Amino acid sequence: MASLKEVRARISSINSTQQITKAMKMVAAAKLRRAQDNITQLRPYAQKLSQMLSTVSAGAETASESPYHQIRQVDRVLLIVVTSDRGLCGAFNTNVVKGALTLISEKYAAQARSGNVHIMAIGKKGGEAMQRRGFKVNTNHVDVFGALNFGNVRAAAEEAMDSFVSGQYDVVEIVYNEFRNAAVQIVRAEQMLPIVAAEAPKGSTASVNYIFEPSEEEIVTELIPKTLKIQLYKAVLDSNASEHGARMTAMDKATENAGELLKQLRLVYNRTRQAAITTEILEIVGGAEALANG
Amino acid sequence: MTLDIITPDRKVFSGEATSITFPGSEGQFQVLNDHAPLVSTLDRGPIVVQSASGQQVFTVDGGVVEVLQNNVLVLAEAIVA
Repeated sequence: MASLKEVRARISSINSTQQITKAMKMVAAAKLRRAQDNITQLRPYAQKLSQMLSTVSAGAETASESPYHQIRQVDRVLLIVVTSDRGLCGAFNTNVVKGALTLISEKYAAQARSGNVHIMAIGKKGGEAMQRRGFKVNTNHVDVFGALNFGNVRAAAEEAMDSFVSGQYDVVEIVYNEFRNAAVQIVRAEQMLPIVAAEAPKGSTASVNYIFEPSEEEIVTELIPKTLKIQLYKAVLDSNASEHGARMTAMDKATENAGELLKQLRLVYNRTRQAAITTEILEIVGGAEALANG
Repeated sequence: MTLDIITPDRKVFSGEATSITFPGSEGQFQVLNDHAPLVSTLDRGPIVVQSASGQQVFTVDGGVVEVLQNNVLVLAEAIVA
């Protein structure tokens, strides 16, 4: 059995670990609330934007002819992998990387063999993991989580869109964790480019006679890139909220496990202590008896 | 008329206004009460909001505006300080 001193040292070390995990859990909870707020802020914007796009494109013909709709033979692929900057959040990052690898092996195996699947990393962890697996990683926009706002994400989206239009890539996909609730994240792969034509709801808004300035076509060409940027921004915000949710759950589990371990160690500690006392009493009694007999 | 200015990050303005001047991509224009339905793109520039309580200016970095039945909705990409 371990000595009293050893057990005491373990108890105090686990105690401090538990304090750290508890603090991390609370920090994650606070950040999660902020991240959720961000998503709620974005929702009306995204909604109105797509509503406006469907209003305007009802009369315009260019909608399906924009450079973002061009379907080409798929030779070069860009995967935008959204992960976190930090670990200690359970399987959060592993799941995204796994999702990306599955997507590559299922859909883009041929392109990957010829080295034409490139990664754009958002969040350090995913970039590092993909680099280790031998993919070419674009790290221009890794650190958007340092100061998460639309401006940073917009730059990343613009780079992806430009490289698609210029023909550098034929398909752009986003892999990220979709936020369901604090405990549940779902890995999603979404095609960003070329745009998958959505079924527009018919006859709902076409009744109003708008004045269009400059023209319907030009407004549509202006709106399409906006919706793309919003799509990426939404993915990043979702991933951010998921990260904090995942970290909160992971740290909650860790705190619980530390508590369990402490309980067991205290039991061992008290048993050892009692055993020591019992031996001591036995020794004293034995000694006293020996003296009385002598 | 009611005016809402929103960006992807936050809601910038929401309330009543008597007159709004926009940096339209075809040139500056003003919207007053009972304006006809309109959709226009915006350039980088100031949106001047005139309301009962005074005048407010927001500088936007591009966006779109929709005017419909005295509801004005501005979707701005970003607000420049």
